[in-house]
Order: sequence, then structure tokens, then C-alpha cells
Amino acid sequence: MIVLLLFLVPLISGLVTFQIKSESGAKTFSLLSSIVTFVIALAGIAFYTSPECWNFQATWMGQLGSSFHLKGDGLGKLLVVLTTLSFPIIFINSWNSSFKNTKNLLALMLLAQAGILGVFLAYDALLFYFFWELALIPIYFICSQWGGAKRIKITFKFFIYTFLGSLLMLVGLILIYSKTNSFSLEAFYNAGLSVQDQTKYFWILLIAFAVKIPLFPFHSWQADTYQESAMPGTMILSAIMVKMGLLGILRWVLPVLPFASYTWGDTVSTMAVIGIVYASLLAWRQDDMKRLVAFASMAHMGLMTVAIFTLVKTGIQGTLIQMFSHGINILGLWMVVEIIERKFGTTKMSELGGVAQKAPVLTFFFFVIAFANVALPLTNAFVGEYMMYSSLLTTTFTKFGIWYLVFSLTAVILSAVYILGMAKKVFWGPTNAVTQKGTDIQIHEKAAFAIIIGIILIVGVFPQPLLGLLDGITNDILKHFEKLQELLLSIKN
Amino acid sequence: MNALIISALLGVVMMFTGIFTKNKGTVKTVALLGIIGLAVVNVMEMQGIKIFGFDASAFMSFTQYGLLFYLIAIASTLFFFLVSANETEKVGNYFADYYALIFFIISGIGLILSFKSLLILFLGIEIISIPLYVLTGAGKNSLKSNEASLKYLLMGAFSTGIFLMGVALIYGAFGSFSIDKILITPETIKSNLVIAGILLMLFSMAFKASVAPFHFWTPDVYDGAPTVFTSFMATVVKVAFFYAFIKLFQGVFAGLAPVWQFWCVVLIATTLFIGNITAVFQQSVKRLLTYSSVSQAAFLMIAVLVINDAAREGFILYSAAYCIATIGVFVSVAKINDYSIEGYNGLAKTQPFLAFVTTVFLLSLAGIPLTAGFMGKFYMLKALIVTGKYLWLVIFAVLMAVVSVYYYFKIIQAMYFKEGNAQITNNLTLTEKIALIAMVVIIIILGVAPAHLFYWMYF
Repeated sequence: MIVLLLFLVPLISGLVTFQIKSESGAKTFSLLSSIVTFVIALAGIAFYTSPECWNFQATWMGQLGSSFHLKGDGLGKLLVVLTTLSFPIIFINSWNSSFKNTKNLLALMLLAQAGILGVFLAYDALLFYFFWELALIPIYFICSQWGGAKRIKITFKFFIYTFLGSLLMLVGLILIYSKTNSFSLEAFYNAGLSVQDQTKYFWILLIAFAVKIPLFPFHSWQADTYQESAMPGTMILSAIMVKMGLLGILRWVLPVLPFASYTWGDTVSTMAVIGIVYASLLAWRQDDMKRLVAFASMAHMGLMTVAIFTLVKTGIQGTLIQMFSHGINILGLWMVVEIIERKFGTTKMSELGGVAQKAPVLTFFFFVIAFANVALPLTNAFVGEYMMYSSLLTTTFTKFGIWYLVFSLTAVILSAVYILGMAKKVFWGPTNAVTQKGTDIQIHEKAAFAIIIGIILIVGVFPQPLLGLLDGITNDILKHFEKLQELLLSIKN
Repeated sequence: MNALIISALLGVVMMFTGIFTKNKGTVKTVALLGIIGLAVVNVMEMQGIKIFGFDASAFMSFTQYGLLFYLIAIASTLFFFLVSANETEKVGNYFADYYALIFFIISGIGLILSFKSLLILFLGIEIISIPLYVLTGAGKNSLKSNEASLKYLLMGAFSTGIFLMGVALIYGAFGSFSIDKILITPETIKSNLVIAGILLMLFSMAFKASVAPFHFWTPDVYDGAPTVFTSFMATVVKVAFFYAFIKLFQGVFAGLAPVWQFWCVVLIATTLFIGNITAVFQQSVKRLLTYSSVSQAAFLMIAVLVINDAAREGFILYSAAYCIATIGVFVSVAKINDYSIEGYNGLAKTQPFLAFVTTVFLLSLAGIPLTAGFMGKFYMLKALIVTGKYLWLVIFAVLMAVVSVYYYFKIIQAMYFKEGNAQITNNLTLTEKIALIAMVVIIIILGVAPAHLFYWMYF
């Protein structure tokens, strides 16, 4: 029942929000609804741990071999926590921001949340596809209706890009379905596809996920979209929706197509590594903070992709932890950027300076988040990144682990360079005409930051509970590679 | 069969109504009652209840599938009557005659759904085409309408001629018009007479169904015709031609697949490409929709290429989804002052209801999940994929579907995100609103649970 509630609460409250007349009423209602969803998720993880609570299956399109099957495994639960936690933070943070037609924005955000949660929980391929699109449509409307001057064109590019990917994904899913005659995930796992088929399906499916992540040649929508769309849209996109791509690979590609994942893993990793270095260099040269954060996010996502294709336990577990940490950290960065934009009306670093003198609290929060972003020990990102780097050395599935490591480490150095560069240009130095009249952040913003900082430190110091949550699912994913592993070893000997 | 005959009679009734009363309300009511009656008679026939029976099995027979399709055509026409009666009024002075012609077209559709002889098919095509020439030219004072009508007449007559030539060659090869007598043997595949006959029929049917590269008449004719009649031509008539197309090639000439299958693939790929790419550059929504109808035809054409359970179900679903969504979008085209894309700017502010329903119909045409259009595309792609061949065609179709999203969303963008002040000529009446809501509900129900429609197929 938990899984059904997680989907229904945002969906229904989203539809209700459209009907609320007053702006403050809509804000209160959407915040409450998102908190309720979060409480349901937490209660589900803490108290209702039995599998029945996290499993819901109803008949739907039986003649197609598809059913309405939602199930929360470790991966699903992790992302459910991230999503349900991020939404209240986003709502709190934008409490004082004014938008045209606020209620429509909030309603669309809740609908997007329903779609995203559906994607994370769907255990049926067709349902997965449905939710995938259901999450995309509200985001399309959010980003085209609210945001910068060029938003319509840029959002459209993003939409076309993603839609192309998702339709190819649909073709891939139908192709697998034509072998299994069922859309259920279990049937997909037992499909036993031939090697040629696996290769074909792998690339058809991967394009959808590569666009979402985004991987190197498919990334051109990202920085523009993040820059132009309204901040709540950007936050949802970068903190949560990019994880849909990784989830797609972890749940729908690796276990279904293990052989192709092994043979083509190096190709994908290479794309990702090129992306890491390229995005880090771009982030370094940006003047606009939004674009900087966008490229920084892309570099981090690339590292997670590389770690997934090491196909060893530390790599995948590290990726999972990092998926969570990255969501929290990027959310924090966006909040800083958004507050600066709201206070000073610009996100260009060359026009800012001396913010620390005017807003010391904001500066403090920024530095903690910045340290987490460069994966300093005791922050949440350190745990994940450490595991991912070590997996690159221990993996037996690729020969190029050491090279991936070398190139990704340059990205770590670069990330320190651009984040501290941002600190220097924006927060240090004398104030100028733009930042002269700055004030510090308000209480509700402090609350939102406090939550984020709290999570950064708790996960950084005490990651065991999270690792425990992820242990089972990691083993489940890797189970599909045992045969392959034996085969490889026997060839070696 | 009953519905077919009653529809022809209703055509005559409508003509007499036009003589006896000039009251437009009465005419409208008679037409509505007539089409509802047709739907009832058709449903009764599906349940095995016949009002009158006579034996025409040598020439025509209805299958359950054909009856279901007829029901969809009749239901779409019903919705068409409900949402466009007020605009039909404005086309010209012969209000009742337009309805009479539409009823004749519906009886013609009955013929091409049930033919068992190539002559009946020919008759059906002509009975549909001739009223259409008249309807296209119904805007008597409009130069464009007259031009369109003449063009349509000339081109249509030409293609009918080619079709007849094909029929003649097939008659020459088999010695009969009856499709039961057309028995394919290994020798017939090599016969030049048969090959020429089949290809002539393939191309003329492609012309009738406006499949590229035989689509050149479509934009001019659809654009020139009064908008309400474009809406009817582009939907009910078009899918009916496709039904005949499928019945002819998969039912009669299935054994000759090696001869025409290659050309069929070429036609699908060309239609996908030309229809979608040309639509991107259109400035007028009406013209955009004509190209969209060409590109949507490519998906219907998939059922001509492969016929299996998925394609049979998909064809029914796609036809219903396409008809309802297109009729729905045409409501806004007929009502709006300026039907260029810029003319739609800001429609969401001035007419929120119309903008919302138009958006749903556009989403369905674009194939977004939870709408009937998605399920239609899904079934068609599935039909292609399960054959194990034509993977490249599937991927090409998907790429082109993305292109189609581009132009459908241009209209949504204009309505919702662009600043403007779009106005409509006269406000939606209550009947129109209810009909539009019903259409939206059907689109969503078919998108969530298409099995409701297939239920009728098997029982």
C-alpha cells in the first residue's frame, strides 16, 4: 500500500492544487502534501518494512501482458527518499518567490513528483514508460511557462531530445517484449536473450538514459535548460530527474542485458570519461553560476556512469550512495544560486563580489555545500566517490580502470578549482554596486539549508544505514553477472 | 448491411427535409436523429438483430470487424455533426443538402467495408468521391474552394481511371470480379497481367488515401475546402479508404505479397518522411493538419503491410483515436478568426476550455501516453516489431514521430506560452462543449484501457 500512496498522494494533491484560488493557500497545501508524502516514505522504510507494504500489483492491460506493478526495492526506496525529501525543501525555499500563476506551477510540480515516483517504483516495462512520459510533460510545461526569455525554444529542444530517447526506449522495450510476451520486470530478467539481440537492444535503450543523465554526446540540452528555466524546474531536473537515467541503466539495462553491458561497458565508460573531463573544463570557464553548476552536475553524473559499468559491488553501491548525495548537494548549490539571483538580480560571477560581507550565513552554508561537492572527507559525497574510485581499481570487467581513474581524478582537481573560483569571485573581495545592498538569508531559507547540511554531515559520518539499505539490491543486480564472471575467469585461466 | 441501406435512405430524407423546411434547427435535428438511428441499427446488427434481411452475399458481407469499424465511422460522424453544425450552417445556403451528401458518403463507406466483388469496391469509392467533390466546392463564392473542387475532381477521376484499369487487368487474369474467384497459385505470381493490375490498384488506392508520393492533391484540396468538410474528409473518409485498402491487399492479394510488399514499405517510408518534414514548415494550422493527416496515414498504412492481431486491434484503435482527435482539433480551426499558428497565440487566456481540449487532442495526435493516440501508435509499432523484420522502419517511424511532436507542440506553445489575443468568431455552445468533453473522455479511456474497444471485436 505504501507504494500506491506514494504515487497517489502527489497525483491527487496536484490535481487539487489546480483548483485552489488563493496563492498562499496553494503554497501551504502543496508544502503539506509534499511533507505527507515524505512522512509516508519514511514510515514505510522505518516501520512498514514487510514486502507486502512495498508491493502493489493490479491488473491493467492484461491482454498486453502488462500490469500495474509498483514495488520498492532498495534502489527504489533510496530514490523515493531523495525525491520526497527534495520536494519540501524546494517548496520551502521558493516560499517567498513570486511567480505568475503560482498555483499552476505548484500543481505541475506535484504532478511531476507523481510521475517521477512512478518511474522509481515501476516494476513493469510499459508502466515504466508511462511514468517516464508522465514525469516529462509537467516539466515541459513548467520550464516553458516560467523562466528566462529564451525558455520556450530551449525547453523545446530539451523536450524533443528526451522524447526521441524515450520513444527509442519504447521500441527497445517492445523488442524485448516480443521475446518474453510479458512486460513484467521478472520476465525481462529471465528473457535469456541472444548476444546479437542484447547488443541491439542495449543501444536502443541506452540512448534514452544517456540523454537523461546526460552522457557526453547527448548533453547539449542540459546547460541551456538549467540556465533558462525557472528555479524549481531546474532543481527537479538536476536533483531528481537525472537519476531516472541511472535508475534506467541499473534496473532495466544491466540485469536484462548483462552480456551487452559487459561488452559495451567500456564504450559507455569512455563516453562518460570524455564527458567528465569536458564538462569539468567547461565548468571552469563559465562566468554564469547556473551554467557552472550544470556542467559540474554533468561531470558527477559521468563518474557515476563509469562506476556502474565496473560491475563490482563497491562501484554500484558507491554509485547508489552518490546518487543520493549528488541530489542533496546539487539542490544546495541551486539554492545558493537562486538566492543570489533573487537578491542581486544576476548570476554572472563577474558582476558579483563581496557577498560574504553582506550575507555571512549564506556564505557559511555555501562553503559546507561546496566542500561536499568536491568530496571532502566527512561529507556525504566522500563516501560514494571513494567507493567508486576504489571500484575502478578492483574491477575485473574492464582493463582500462586505471585510465578511467586517472582522468576522473583530474576532474576532482578541476572541481576544486571551479568551486573555489566561484567562492572567490562571488563571496570574497570588496562589495560592488550590485552587491552593496545585500541582506542575509531569512529564517525559512536557513531551515532549508539546515536540513541539507544535516544530511551532508550525517551521511558523511555515519553512512552505514544507507549502505545497509542498498546491500540487497546491489547483490541482486550483480547476481546476473555471476555466470559472466565465471566465464571470464575460465577464459583467463 | 441495414445501416448501409438506411443511410442511403436518410440521404434522400435529408434532401426532402431541405425542400419542406428552411428552418435550420429542424434540419440539424433530423440529421442528428438520423445518425444516432444509424448507430443504433449498426449496434443491433453487431448483436445479431437485423431489422430486415436480404441475401447479397455474392457481392458483399459484413464481418464483425467491419461492423465495428462502421460503428466507429458513424460515431465519429455523430461527433462531427455535434461539434460543427454551427459552422456548416455558414458554408452556404444548401444546409440540408450537405447532410444528404454526408449520408450518401456513409452508405458508400458501407460498400467499401463489405465488398466481395471488385465492382462493389469501385462503386463504393465512386459513391464516396462524388459527394466529396461537391462538398469541397460547397463554398461557392470562394475562389479557393472552387479551385480545390475542380482539382479534386480531375485528379480523383484520373486515379479512379487507373483503379478501373487495374480491376480490368485482374479480371483478365482471373475471369471474375468476385474476390472468392481470385485464387493465387505460384503461376499467377509470375503473370505480368496480375502484377500490373495489382500495382495499378496499389497506387490508385494510395492516391485515394493520400499516401505519399501520391498525396499532392491533399494539401490544396483540404486547404481549399470549407474547414468543416476538411475535417470530415480527413478523418472518416480517409480511414474508410484505408479499411478498403487493407481488405483488398491483406484479404484478397495476401498471397501476392512478394509483388506489392516492397512498394508498400517504400510508400510507408516516403509518407512518414514527406508528411512530417513538410508539416514542420507550415504556417497555417489548417495546412499543418493536412500534412499531419498525410503523416498519420503512414501508421495506418502499417496495417496494410503486416496484418496480425496487433495490427487488427491497432488499426481499429488508431482509426478511432485519429478521427476523434482530428475532428476535435478542427473545431478550433473552424472557430478561430485567424488559423495561422500566430493566430493561436494566447488562446489559453481568451478561451481556456477550447485551448485545453485542443491540447488533449494534439497530445493524442502526437502520441503522448495516456491518450488513445499513444495506444494506437504502440499497437502499430508492436505489430511491426513482432514480425521480426522491418526494425529500421520502426526506428524511422519513431524518429518521424518525434518530428511530429515538434509541429503539434508548436500549436500548444502558441496557445499557452506566447503572448497574444486569439479570438474566436462565435462562442462554443453548450452542445459543443458537452460533445468536446465526451471526445476528451473517449481519448483518455482508450488511452488507459483500450481493451474496451477490442471487446466489441470478438463478441
